[in-house]
Amino acid sequence: MTTTFEAVAQIISETSDIPLEEITPEKNAFTDLGIDSLDFLDIAFAIDKHFGIKIPLEQWTEELNENNALVDEYFVLSKLCARIDDVIAAKDA
Amino acid sequence: MLLEYFQMIDSVEELDPDAGRIVARANVPMESPVFEGHFPGSPLVPGVLLIETMAQASGFMLLSRLKFEKMPFLANVTDAKMRTFVEPGAILRVEAELEHDGSGFAKTRANISSDGKKICDSRLMFRIMPFPNDTLKSNMLDRFSQIGLLKAE
Repeated sequence: MTTTFEAVAQIISETSDIPLEEITPEKNAFTDLGIDSLDFLDIAFAIDKHFGIKIPLEQWTEELNENNALVDEYFVLSKLCARIDDVIAAKDA
Repeated sequence: MLLEYFQMIDSVEELDPDAGRIVARANVPMESPVFEGHFPGSPLVPGVLLIETMAQASGFMLLSRLKFEKMPFLANVTDAKMRTFVEPGAILRVEAELEHDGSGFAKTRANISSDGKKICDSRLMFRIMPFPNDTLKSNMLDRFSQIGLLKAE
């Protein structure tokens, strides 16, 4: 069974044309992989579709803008995947 | 259509915000300064303005879903196909439907036809953001009234 990280890495690789082997759990999508906010919308769309969820990008952006959180807390891939798992769990609950 | 003012939609014929669908009409004018350059002696509606027309129809549908509280801004155009030329005087049917309602973004599929003939189609992505100021919001609301969006809703 494909893990959340494997699925997200595949999506990022295909969407942003980044070799799969460069996409590792400790990488930050923006600062390490060079993904910009427009690319991330495509990634969010693909994640939403793949998992049948709606990741709360607006809420995350507001929290970041209000300095209540660090970018790494959302966009380091291991943490991003944990948040996606939370959204999936909330949907299935 | 007032091409030089980017007023692409003339009227809204059908609107279902919950289903994410809109059908609009756009009447290509017989004359426009745009045709002086595109092209001299052979006037055609530029493909970029057809994309803008699909984006505006999509945008009006999204604005209606958003109850005019936020503004969709065009962010990405994919799979755009210009299938045939559009000449002055053409009457266009513009359709758009929601493909995905994301958090802070939305994707639509849109197409234009004329007399049952396919003109163009595309997939469009929008960022959903706060209105940058009250002037824009007020002007958009005025525009909605002009094209019958509030009535269609």
